[in-house]
Amino acid sequence: MAGQRFAELHLDHVRRVFGDTVALKGMDLTIKGGEFVALLGPSGCGKSTALNCLAGLLPLTGGRITLDGRRIDDLPPEKRGFGMVFQNYALFPHMSVRRNVGFGLSMRKTPRAELTRRVDEAVRLVQLEEHQHKFPAQLSGGQQQRVAIARAIVLEPPLVLMDEPLSNLDAALRLEMRTEIRRLHQSLGLTTVYVTHDQEEALALADRLVVLRLGEVQQVGSPEEVYAHPVNRYVAGFMGYRNMIPVTVTAQDDERATVRADGVELVGVKSEEVADSAVAAVRPEDFAVVTEAGENTLDATVEIVEYHGREQAVEARLRDGTQLHVRTNSRLAPGDAIRLRVPVERVLVFS
Amino acid sequence: MKARPIVWLTWGALIFFMLNLVGIVGAVVTNSFAESWFGTWLPNGYTGKWYGEAWRDYRLLDVLAVTFQVAIAVVVISVLIGVPTAYALARRNFPGKKLLNVLFLLPILMPPMTYGIPLATVLYKFHLAGSMAGVIAANLVPAVPFVVLTMTPFIEQIDTKIESAARMCGANTVAIFTRVLAPLLVPGILAASILVLVRTVGMFELTFLTAGPTSQTLVVSLYEAMSSAGIRPQQMVDSMAVIYTGSMLLLLVIALRFVNPTQLVTRLKDPA
Amino acid sequence: MTALPSLRDQRSLERASLKHRLAEKGVDRVLWLLVPGAVFVVLLFVYPFLYGLQLSFQPKGGGNPFQNYITFFSDEYSAETVWITLRLGLPAALFNVLASIPIAFRMRGRFRGKRALTTLLVVPITLGTVLTAEGLLAFFGPTGWFNRIWIALGADEPAKLTHNYWGVLFSLVITGFPFAFLLTLSYLSGIDPTLEQAAATLGASKRQRFRTITMPLLAPGLAVTFCLSFVLAFSVFPSAVMVGNPAGETHVMSIAAYETALRDNDFAMGSAIAMLMALVMLIVIGVVLIWRTTLYRGATGGKG
Repeated sequence: MAGQRFAELHLDHVRRVFGDTVALKGMDLTIKGGEFVALLGPSGCGKSTALNCLAGLLPLTGGRITLDGRRIDDLPPEKRGFGMVFQNYALFPHMSVRRNVGFGLSMRKTPRAELTRRVDEAVRLVQLEEHQHKFPAQLSGGQQQRVAIARAIVLEPPLVLMDEPLSNLDAALRLEMRTEIRRLHQSLGLTTVYVTHDQEEALALADRLVVLRLGEVQQVGSPEEVYAHPVNRYVAGFMGYRNMIPVTVTAQDDERATVRADGVELVGVKSEEVADSAVAAVRPEDFAVVTEAGENTLDATVEIVEYHGREQAVEARLRDGTQLHVRTNSRLAPGDAIRLRVPVERVLVFS
Repeated sequence: MKARPIVWLTWGALIFFMLNLVGIVGAVVTNSFAESWFGTWLPNGYTGKWYGEAWRDYRLLDVLAVTFQVAIAVVVISVLIGVPTAYALARRNFPGKKLLNVLFLLPILMPPMTYGIPLATVLYKFHLAGSMAGVIAANLVPAVPFVVLTMTPFIEQIDTKIESAARMCGANTVAIFTRVLAPLLVPGILAASILVLVRTVGMFELTFLTAGPTSQTLVVSLYEAMSSAGIRPQQMVDSMAVIYTGSMLLLLVIALRFVNPTQLVTRLKDPA
Repeated sequence: MTALPSLRDQRSLERASLKHRLAEKGVDRVLWLLVPGAVFVVLLFVYPFLYGLQLSFQPKGGGNPFQNYITFFSDEYSAETVWITLRLGLPAALFNVLASIPIAFRMRGRFRGKRALTTLLVVPITLGTVLTAEGLLAFFGPTGWFNRIWIALGADEPAKLTHNYWGVLFSLVITGFPFAFLLTLSYLSGIDPTLEQAAATLGASKRQRFRTITMPLLAPGLAVTFCLSFVLAFSVFPSAVMVGNPAGETHVMSIAAYETALRDNDFAMGSAIAMLMALVMLIVIGVVLIWRTTLYRGATGGKG
């Protein structure tokens, strides 16, 4: 099973307005055949709007979508031939698993023998052979999700759209299905656009991440790029830089900035020009609890300790009242005075 | 338990109401089987002959056939018109939707007499009054809005994502209606049909205003029979009334198998 | 990100999305589905109604367009029908709604025989006006079972309960109560019972819970129930003829309209009376619905 590959899908200034609110502000994006692209952002950032525009389920307010130079945004969804997996699965409640999976094929008037063969293959691929004659209401959430995926991929569509497909599952099942989706993508090579608000999910699955905020693209890049080098404070916050320490910039060159926080000097890297007052973004796990004084250290008092197995999640406070989130292997208790060190390249200074 | 007296009062009133109701129905049923009954507790003899006489004299077979034809026609047409309308009203917001909603609510809110008389006038003008077509047309006026009103919530509770999913699988509008929506709407359509059936069989005013001698339904010929009583014994009218109630009861029992009793009346969400 | 597209480019982007812009306003092919319904409602409801309205301004004898209305109100016999109809419709609707509240309350929750009792309360819908009328005449008549018991209990003479106002009122209660009850029940079951439980944990007594939680949430539904019950009672026709005194005490508007239009063949005057009926009814419903807008009308937390 392999999708009809295309070379390039092009979103050209796609705009979408709901009444007074602009859900998508002229999105430009190119998706290459075979790619796994994740649209990432909190609710209301426009990621689902973008997906629905791509599917043809929402009319565009402006802009154009082309597939290998052919314009497709005027086509109704059923003529685009994309597959889609919905957040609540949207299985047809009155059809068995097999009929759900075979629905698209029967819409295309596929000959009976071929339909049977392809449905068999899809059902086997998502490991639902035992349940293929059941109805959606008789299946667990994870099984329903597999049916939804099988229904989307059985058509071997050029593009598979997934709208937060794992958000209705419990934590353990979510991890399992995540691996499953990655495995299917690797074996079938179907071009996929995946919408999620979970950065971990996006990082684990995607070849390329598109981070959105308030209808605007913030950053496009590989998981490593976006994770290690977020372009602005917003993307950093979304990528797990939980500490946003307000600082005053005392010196800066092209790459680095020296800042003052809580009366102490810190050196960090910057990716954009910064003014005098800025923030230093640091991940909780990039702090190390140390005893000796040295470069890039902060003194803090432990306030709350949560036990997370091998690690502890600690909330500490600087003398000026700034709250810090720290993850550490050291055993700490509330009230402890600690010294935290953070490497220069792990301090990101944003305006 | 402070609320005791209210509870007793409620049950007491209910029992009193029920006793009267039983008395009222019982009086008619008893009389329909009575040889004769004047000024005594109970009739002085029982017979089933009035049913046979009523059946023959009032040509009940013909009347029932007309009633059945009218009711079925009204049900089929109102479903065919009402369901697509309900779908469009449930799924789309378009300019003028409010006005259309009000127009579909008014025939239910208005007493049938108020629009029945002008409607009868128009039907007379087009020589439709007195015919079966006229009776069907008149009965459709409240029936179509009723179907729209009962079907709209049914359609609203079907997740639009299911339709989207069908579209993404390549289904066009016709396929979505026949393959996805219709099977899901069957319970709703069934409920609406049965309710329209009950209401049409029971609808007096509109049929009365538009029917001619050959297009009377059971309610109307029952009314005519009662108004022209004196020519025939009271027992015949009563036995006809029992036949009417019996058939309505049968319909109601069937209806209650498919629908929740609270659906028997319109569930208006927000008529303002 | 690419540079801003040129003006020409931008215009072509906008122009090509006309279909999208229409769809945005909710205008797409789905609206074709409305055509049969809209044609139907215009042809069989709006047109006849407007036709009747203009007909009512063309009196049979010609002359003053308002002549029909003037005649109606200057003739005491016909003018009184408005009052007679209201005097029957308002108490009947009010009684039906008020009586259904405590009964609907008892029907909440699960208990044995609930379904049977509901069915029993719904049965009067099947009776139809004629059987009800026959039954009322026989049961409440001077020699009926009711008056026999009444006299056996020590009354001097039989109570006169038929062929007058009371007969029609009873008939309206019997046919109208099931509707009011079912509507009230459906509104009541739409109120989340945990709201009352929450109030109970905050120390509200049974009566306080009813007054401060249930009633405010139920009131808008009761307003609608009242409107529908009133419509039902207001259009009273067959029972007013059969168990009432159609020439006097229960000469209601629908009798006047029917007799004028179809017995005397004065369609213009008949339409005028029908229009007045619609007007009186709309005024009453309007007043109730305006009162209703002052109430809380949001979600009631239930599944209904």
